[in-house]
Amino acid sequence: MDLSANASNLLPPRFRDWFVERGWSARAHQRAMIEKANAGADVLLVAPTGGGKTLAGFLPSLIDLAERGPRNGPKSLHTLYISPLKALAVDVERNLLTPVREMDLPIVVESRTGDTGQARRQRQKNLPPDILLTTPEQLALFCAWEGARDYFENLRCVVIDEIHAIHGSKRGDLLSLGLARLRSFAPHLRCVGLSATVDDPAGVRRWLSDKGDDIVLGQPGAPPQLEVLLSENRVPWAGHTAKHAMAEVYETIKTARTTLVFVNTRWQAEFAFQELWRLNDDNLPIALHHGSLSAEQRRRVEAAMARDELRAVVCTSTLDLGIDWGSVDLVIQLAAPKGSSRLVQRIGRANHRLDEASRAVLVPASRFEMLECQAAVEAVAENALDGDPPRTGARDVLAQHIMGCACSEPFDLQALYAEVTRAAPYADLTWEAYEQVVDFVSTGGYALRTYDRFRRLIRGSDGLWRVRTEEMARRHRMNVGVIVTAQTLNIRLPGRRGSGRKIGQAEETYFEQLSPGDSFLFAGQVWRFEGVEGSDAIVTHSTDTEPKVPSWGGAKFPLSTYLAKRVRRMMSDETTWSRLPPDVCEWLFAQKEHSSLPGEDDLLIETFSRGKRHFMVCYPFEGRLAHATLAMLVTRRLDRAGVGPIGYLANDYALCVWAMRPMDGLDFDALFQQDMLGDDLEAWLDESFMMKRAFKECALIAGLIERRMPGHEKNSRQVTFSADLIYDTLRRHDPEHLLLSCAREDAARGLLDVARLGDLLTRISGRIRVQRLAHLSPFAVPLLMEIGKERAPGTSAADMMLEDAALIDEAMS
Amino acid sequence: MTALEIGAATDDGALAIRVANVEVVLRASGALWLAQQRMLVVADLHLEKGSAYAARGQLLPPYDTRETLDRLEREVAALAPRTVVLLGDTLHDREAESRIALTERTRIAALAECLRLIWICGNHDPDGAGELGGETATVVEVAGLTLRHDPSPYPVVGEVAGHLHPCIRIHGPAGGVRRRCFASDGQRLILPAFGAYAGGLNLRDAAFTSLFDPAPIGFGLGRRVTPVAYEHLRPDRAALAR
Repeated sequence: MDLSANASNLLPPRFRDWFVERGWSARAHQRAMIEKANAGADVLLVAPTGGGKTLAGFLPSLIDLAERGPRNGPKSLHTLYISPLKALAVDVERNLLTPVREMDLPIVVESRTGDTGQARRQRQKNLPPDILLTTPEQLALFCAWEGARDYFENLRCVVIDEIHAIHGSKRGDLLSLGLARLRSFAPHLRCVGLSATVDDPAGVRRWLSDKGDDIVLGQPGAPPQLEVLLSENRVPWAGHTAKHAMAEVYETIKTARTTLVFVNTRWQAEFAFQELWRLNDDNLPIALHHGSLSAEQRRRVEAAMARDELRAVVCTSTLDLGIDWGSVDLVIQLAAPKGSSRLVQRIGRANHRLDEASRAVLVPASRFEMLECQAAVEAVAENALDGDPPRTGARDVLAQHIMGCACSEPFDLQALYAEVTRAAPYADLTWEAYEQVVDFVSTGGYALRTYDRFRRLIRGSDGLWRVRTEEMARRHRMNVGVIVTAQTLNIRLPGRRGSGRKIGQAEETYFEQLSPGDSFLFAGQVWRFEGVEGSDAIVTHSTDTEPKVPSWGGAKFPLSTYLAKRVRRMMSDETTWSRLPPDVCEWLFAQKEHSSLPGEDDLLIETFSRGKRHFMVCYPFEGRLAHATLAMLVTRRLDRAGVGPIGYLANDYALCVWAMRPMDGLDFDALFQQDMLGDDLEAWLDESFMMKRAFKECALIAGLIERRMPGHEKNSRQVTFSADLIYDTLRRHDPEHLLLSCAREDAARGLLDVARLGDLLTRISGRIRVQRLAHLSPFAVPLLMEIGKERAPGTSAADMMLEDAALIDEAMS
Repeated sequence: MTALEIGAATDDGALAIRVANVEVVLRASGALWLAQQRMLVVADLHLEKGSAYAARGQLLPPYDTRETLDRLEREVAALAPRTVVLLGDTLHDREAESRIALTERTRIAALAECLRLIWICGNHDPDGAGELGGETATVVEVAGLTLRHDPSPYPVVGEVAGHLHPCIRIHGPAGGVRRRCFASDGQRLILPAFGAYAGGLNLRDAAFTSLFDPAPIGFGLGRRVTPVAYEHLRPDRAALAR
């Protein structure tokens, strides 16, 4: 591509020369970004990886900084770059320094993350660099500083990287509020978003800015080469491990230079890593990367990857985003991807040259997953992506932001409202809702008004609101951010004195399922769990070859609505089955013959009995969360109907309830009435542990409870308090409180998927088909296998296989 | 050393045990009931803990005093005691009395009117009843038992104390459960905290080890009082002194 006349006007001579020296030319989207910047527009750049996206985002700033005259007066920050990943901020610093050095530009570039030392932070505050690379949490902290307004007064540009990964979350809410704040500090600020391909660029663009619709689309990459791995072995009926296909996965890895093997959970990662090494006769350098491994260990793997020393890395979503590794030429998705957008993101990790196709292989772990993978491949081929529904900003996050603003400077109630509602997630926030949040920040917002003398915010005679004491501001700054992590334990070897080397960390809840003496898989090795000591789980090397792998917990992400619909469509259209392996086809035909197949827009329900138990299985294909909520609500109704429900189980595809009495005589239309989302849901929700979890998160974010500081938690547990006690008391005495309503919203949205369940109930209303069967159907087999495994932990593997075989015989005969 | 004698649970979830040969009833609420003396004992109410945090800038819901008195009044209504002993740390701090709302002051005064209300002094409330109504004491001797706030720091016979807020943690297939508990080795008894916001200290914590011989049983609170042997108890991740 030659430099057009237009481009030569856009690029100053030393930039032009630099491009020429490197044998490059400015790409169309890079030129477009300069033009938009010259026009002062906010802009979203959507481009696949490998398209010079980051450089495109920074070029206008680099040019502006390079071309400015000699500076008089104090230094000020010109461009702020925000990335969801610390590692990315540091990596971009390195990449940006290359053109700065090679063109000898008088530009200072620095990064600032939670790991940045105190001295450097202080220097950055007193003597700002031209370009600062940081994270959303650091921006929130900046906003709570005294003097934030002066610091950002001359800010010209904000660049938000990987915007698609952050905008639809509480982190996104906080960032959006931070951006609105920066805009009021620096009215001429330009906002730039960088994003991978998304289903709804206009929505992301609206999140970024309330000005017009400026979107620059990068040149699309070559379409990916995507296939579903058809194993020589039969596709398992149930499970998440894809063990049956591991030999073929290994062979596929051998055909590539470097492979990323994506899985959905850490424990799947551990399992796959171990299985691959079991087969690794060629001693290929295969590594493991997930969020529980110690930071040093992850850095080592990343460094080896950057040096091009590895042939494969088994990884979780920890590597969905991040640093580009040029050598990756194959992505393997082990077990179903659950959503087409996630799959596209992962595929994009292979091959960072635009003109060459990324290569990816999907490995379904079970029969339902086979359907899902096939649907995902077709969705990607049609470039049909699933997206998140637009969200309204969380009020606990707003509370944190308002307190932050007060810590920074006194604020005017009206002016702050105008500023906050410029942030897209809060555009529809009413004045009343805003006042309620301010009142919460100030007095706790309780119906019982006894805390007026303990106010955190006070209104001065100038009419401005300010934080009451500097101590409160200091404590707030220590608790900024919305990332609430689960309690984790360090996994350590015993040492001669106390505990020894740290191997990694994992959620406390994981170890609650283990008893001392149990063996488990971690960091690619089998360990013996010895017990918990303080904040450490003590482990020793185990000689077991077969670890007890407790509860895989299934997939972390529920099946996306979009993909679910495609799976239902595929099942109802026999002509598409030819693309499936013969054993899966046979299974579908058997289901059609013995029972019937779920339609695109109806609900198939089967009832049957086995032994003394009576079963009801429904196949909505709406994802694990919506199914679990539905199962719980239906179980309550069945209990009232007197059939004596005993238990339920839900996965991404179906849900199953079993009871003491037969259920085939029930009025199913009444059972699945939408009104179950009313009182039943409320009543159950308030008692559920999910509500407690959601409440604790909201209370932490909103500042009702302070995060425990390291070293702060050792002694005197009895003088602290727990979020659960607060929740119980608040619920009884102030049921309308702001934080309870925040927690209900979060639980309904994130943990229960109530909105999706509502859509499901609407969709199936009047379209329920009931099959009253003499025995279980082929589709019910995977669920009954899962029930068997959950209910009999002591059963030996051999017994389990026998029982599974009996189930299959029963269903297929 | 004799093994601990545990009776059958009653319909309301309470459990009778013998401490130093005296029969006492452990209530599911966390209160202790001495039936013969018609005496109800509750420990560590920590009234106005919420407002104590609020005064320092952390605005916990101001309902803990109300909630704790609700619980106490429920027990009084159920058992009709002649005497109620508050086993110390009834108030969260010395200024708590000045922060109690009038409604709650009136409720405490009403209790002191209709029964004998004894405040044992604790470390948080060394002044006892103050102006709130009732008598103040440091120790109460009853039926061969000694009721005091702070447990003696070595194994003793016949002592009933509070102060430590014992709780148990057990793990099962569904995850961990943490509950307040009574703790006893058959010789002495430590009561759980009764206050709505009072935290708990794990019974496996070092603070308990020198107090009992043999190791105590934890009587976890729930719908009913459930005894759990010491070896089945799990420590908290942060509670073990390193």
